[in-house]
Amino acid sequence: MRSAKPTGKFSLGMFTLTIIFLYMPLVILVAYSFNNSKMMAWNGFSLRWYNELFFSSENLWHSFWNSAVIAVTSASVSTVIGTLGAIGLYWYNFKFKKAISVAAFIPMLIPEIIIGVSLLIFFAGIKLQLSLFTIFLAHTTFNIPFVLMVVMARLEEFDFTIIEAAYDLGAGELQALSKVILPAAFPGVISGFLIAVTLSLEDFVITFFVSGPGSSTLPLHIYSMIRFGVSPVINALSVVVIAGTVVLAALSRNVVKYMFQK
Amino acid sequence: MKKNYGPVYVAPLTGWLVVFFAIPISIIVYYSFLKKGFNGGVMHEFSLDAFRALYNPTIFKIAFNTFWIACASTAVMVALAIPASYFMARSRHKNLYMLLVIVPFWTNFLIRVYAWMAILGNNGILNSTLISMGLMHEHIQFLYNTNAVILVTVYTYLPFAILPLYSTIEKFDFSLVEAARDLGATKFTATVRVLLPNIRGGITTAVLFTFIPAFGNYAVPQIIGGSDSYMLGNVIARELTVTRNWPLASSISMALTALTTLGVLLFMRLNRSSMESARESATSAPVKTPQSGTGATA
Repeated sequence: MRSAKPTGKFSLGMFTLTIIFLYMPLVILVAYSFNNSKMMAWNGFSLRWYNELFFSSENLWHSFWNSAVIAVTSASVSTVIGTLGAIGLYWYNFKFKKAISVAAFIPMLIPEIIIGVSLLIFFAGIKLQLSLFTIFLAHTTFNIPFVLMVVMARLEEFDFTIIEAAYDLGAGELQALSKVILPAAFPGVISGFLIAVTLSLEDFVITFFVSGPGSSTLPLHIYSMIRFGVSPVINALSVVVIAGTVVLAALSRNVVKYMFQK
Repeated sequence: MKKNYGPVYVAPLTGWLVVFFAIPISIIVYYSFLKKGFNGGVMHEFSLDAFRALYNPTIFKIAFNTFWIACASTAVMVALAIPASYFMARSRHKNLYMLLVIVPFWTNFLIRVYAWMAILGNNGILNSTLISMGLMHEHIQFLYNTNAVILVTVYTYLPFAILPLYSTIEKFDFSLVEAARDLGATKFTATVRVLLPNIRGGITTAVLFTFIPAFGNYAVPQIIGGSDSYMLGNVIARELTVTRNWPLASSISMALTALTTLGVLLFMRLNRSSMESARESATSAPVKTPQSGTGATA
């Protein structure tokens, strides 16, 4: 029997509709980023908004830099914590293991705003000034469960007898970790890290609550721009972001392919 | 006997989540039972004021709005996602289509929201086009109402519904549908009685993945919503940063979490009982519905 046979017209129609719905707004943004007018009525081709974006939007690029720094640091820390946790929860048995492996995923199920509000109140309580550092702490917190989930999923596919073999052959804990467990878990670790970077770059709600004066990230900066209505500079920025997304998607696909498929 | 390093591996995870998740959440619970301070903060005196303040028509109305917006957007998303992911899972170009769905999703959330402002805003494309074509003289306000919030919520969270449905449908054994068709079931019957019961797990995940973020939504109603589409998340933010009534912000946060949990539990329960009734009717039906996807493998 053929595995892929022609599907019905209805599902084709719904899929086409979905794709048009998903892309139409983005295509419009791209088109209007080249519009000469400040309004959304077409008034000829122009690159003036790109000029403004690249040469007179220092605050925006500063926020972008902040976002990048937080994404890389929080993703690194959460990847280390999440990976160690996944190995511990998967490979060992100990008291409260079951409880911890359930509780660690609760942050994923709680509405974002609750996490943001609770961290704001917490930071106020311990008198920690809101800054890039508090944003880093918050991002690491919401990233950990995602890394944990991805690495655990990877470990589940993994044959644990080879770890036992390593121990039987005289490997110590550190050797077993660095020579056997981590290489085996590596694809999961990399995708956990990438997901964490994405989530961090993307987050608006939690960051909104835990950011202080002068610690703006790119989403916060975009928010402050769109509050004043439509601006063609955001259209140009959108094109840069969309292009960056596509390039990153293609890159990560190829990197993952190159690293894990011989 | 080798040493058990499990607790060592798990210690950083547990420690971090206790300090930055469990303790902050406990503080919210604690604050909701306190009196409010004069300018933000709290007075450490027991009080049920914050819970009494929940019992008021404005909050009820906003809670109802929140529930309606979350349910409506979840329903639209799942209704779109089931046929779309069915098509994707049945196609030869699965991976390409998957990438097509994910790329807009990776584009920054606020940019996706902004795209709709650029289209539907008062100076947006739709209004300018309609005015320049002479179809109308004044702009129409498309944004800042409940429908705009539902539309943009659907737009921003739709892949959350597609991803779990796609992976469930992809694993589904389609020879079951063919068997049902051979036994005389119509396309519609085969879909409703065979396909849908078997992808129930995917539907459940899709509903949960979309309902939870939609219910706790803050950003979309804040940017695109108006006074009639105010949601619980917006009230929490207002009480926290504008009115500065921290106990009330805490008690509403607890209510929001409780309502989300309640909604999820209710849905799981309904889901289970309807699955049981589907099973009962299947045993007496002329076209036998397989009990589970694993029952028959080709």
